[in-house]
Amino acid sequence: MPPAVQTAPTLVFGWGNPSRGDDALGPLFCERIEALRLPGVECLTDFQLQVEHALDLAGRRRVLFVDAALAGAQPQEPAALAAGFHAHTITPARDASFTTHTMSPQSVLQVYRQVLGSDPPPAWLLAIHGIGFELGDGLSAAAAANLDRALAWAEHWLRENGATNAPFQV
Amino acid sequence: MGFELETALPSDQPLQRVAIDPVSRVEGHGKVTLLLDAQNRVHQVRLHIVEFRGFERIAQGRPYWEIPVMVQRLCGICPVSHHLAASKAMDLIVGARQLTPSAEKMRRLMHYGQILQSHALHFFHLSSPDLLFGFDSEVARRNIVGVIADHPDIAKKGVLLRKYGQEVIRHTAGKRVHGTGSVPGGVNKSLSAEDRAAMRGEIEQIVLWCREAVELIKRLHLHNRALYDGFGAFRSNIMGLVAPDGALDLYHGALRVRDADGNIVLDQADYQGYETLLTEEVKPWSYMKFPYLTALGPQLGWYKVGPLARIQNCDYIPTPHAEAERREFCDHAGGKPFAGTLGYHWARMVEMLFAAESIERILADDDLEGRELTVQGERRREGVGVIEAPRGTLIHHYRVGDNDLVTMANLIVSTTHNNQAMNTAVREVAKQYLDGREITEGLLNHIEVAIRAYDPCLSCATHALGQMPLEVLLADADGNTLDYVLRDHEHTIRRPPAPAGGIAL
Repeated sequence: MPPAVQTAPTLVFGWGNPSRGDDALGPLFCERIEALRLPGVECLTDFQLQVEHALDLAGRRRVLFVDAALAGAQPQEPAALAAGFHAHTITPARDASFTTHTMSPQSVLQVYRQVLGSDPPPAWLLAIHGIGFELGDGLSAAAAANLDRALAWAEHWLRENGATNAPFQV
Repeated sequence: MGFELETALPSDQPLQRVAIDPVSRVEGHGKVTLLLDAQNRVHQVRLHIVEFRGFERIAQGRPYWEIPVMVQRLCGICPVSHHLAASKAMDLIVGARQLTPSAEKMRRLMHYGQILQSHALHFFHLSSPDLLFGFDSEVARRNIVGVIADHPDIAKKGVLLRKYGQEVIRHTAGKRVHGTGSVPGGVNKSLSAEDRAAMRGEIEQIVLWCREAVELIKRLHLHNRALYDGFGAFRSNIMGLVAPDGALDLYHGALRVRDADGNIVLDQADYQGYETLLTEEVKPWSYMKFPYLTALGPQLGWYKVGPLARIQNCDYIPTPHAEAERREFCDHAGGKPFAGTLGYHWARMVEMLFAAESIERILADDDLEGRELTVQGERRREGVGVIEAPRGTLIHHYRVGDNDLVTMANLIVSTTHNNQAMNTAVREVAKQYLDGREITEGLLNHIEVAIRAYDPCLSCATHALGQMPLEVLLADADGNTLDYVLRDHEHTIRRPPAPAGGIAL
């Protein structure tokens, strides 16, 4: 299903609930990137990833998924821990969830493959570390600092405008 | 007094513990714990789900008119359900006892768009892989080969059905995420002729796909009746809203309860009195409460909600194709409420068809383009709004002071209503598939399949990355870890060192 209008080659898709503390990192990242008005970059946000977002990937050269990550929840390189974010390439995979209330970006890529019958564009996942996710809370100071570092670093990559598909190097 | 297998009885044998931790989100935390003896016989089964918290706190002190929009932040999956339930409660606050025809039809259209997209997501994305490819049953795999061949484009239809539902929401609520269409006393916009024509242009295809979806789940079910009828089967009451004439109505009505034999034990009960009708029991081992019908008590008064309850609770469905499918389902059940957990899937598709037919019917109504959008009446201090959300009955209750600020909020979400039913389903599956066997990934997946049928809401809308979807800890009664397994998104099994202190059970 090709998109009807001209599609920006780079999609930045951030998701999270702006009312749940550091869960707002994904949408805030998109808001800040959008303000830069980078050529060839489009930003989309939603509360949660869902199957129809696979259609938003059509016609892209690369996709950057952005979400909050619970700091320390996954084994990480010391450099990533110090930077407050980490990133890596992702490939299609079906979720193992038992609920529609969570969906991974890998699963969105899998839906793309199922629905459009071809491989999705190269995709990366940028996870910005957060510490507090209570309903009604604002962004923590630590998450705000991590967001600044992630933005500074991602802006450089995005300005390359797809010149390289190399994964992020922290 | 508890239920069978809720709490282990005294045993002279050492017991092992198994923890399944499929979704370890920051707040939404679902976990199943099994207490086994040395022969792997089940002694205790509990489903732990953390109830969402915090909304009541942040609602207090907010102006009542903000609540229908604000409450959508609770859930990224069914924000429209919260939007409408809160609006219905606030209708009473502003004295709007009867909405204008345009307002009610806009809300109904929005609601059926939500039902359509939510049910499509659940069936096509979450459940159909299990149902099509089987979950540890070679017999099932052989039987469904022909079904798969007939539905090569199932994933695509699922996405497009959901996309259509999202478009209905966008046109009625103003935008796809966090719409503002419903307000206390009515709606703030009617439908444009252009938007209405766009939706009407596609609805015939949508209804057709929904009919095919019912056929698909029906074939799957009937191809393996023993599995589908018996999996996680248990008797219970069923509860939901029905219209005054007993018709299925997911937007508005009064409460009806049937017992496990299908007899009506409560009918046309005004939900404004839900606090008298229902009691929420607290159990020391669970964060989520256990509601029951006060008149019947905790042992006999618990119930199921959601699609399986609703299509069997009503007297009829007021759209032709869905009604024909409901009759076929009820005939299959044999005159009593169907007890099998996998019946939720069949019932959910009947409801999806009902939603599509309802959208088609409402779109034909010129009131959607009307100009009279809101009404007001005598101001009140308290209101209860109830709606049948995709997963079941959703209750919003507010009190508002003379200064227009909310002083009290109480919500009972569908997953809470289903808490005892889900626990019972997991126990039945554990008895059926785990008792006396080695613990394997396939067997554990049967428990996930049972939970998945209910599509529980796990503390909506928080989902930070970084945790594994499936986590299993096996330990003995002394807390010594015997095994620890993580399963990632690709279903790859890893056995890293167990976390210090294990998983709290």
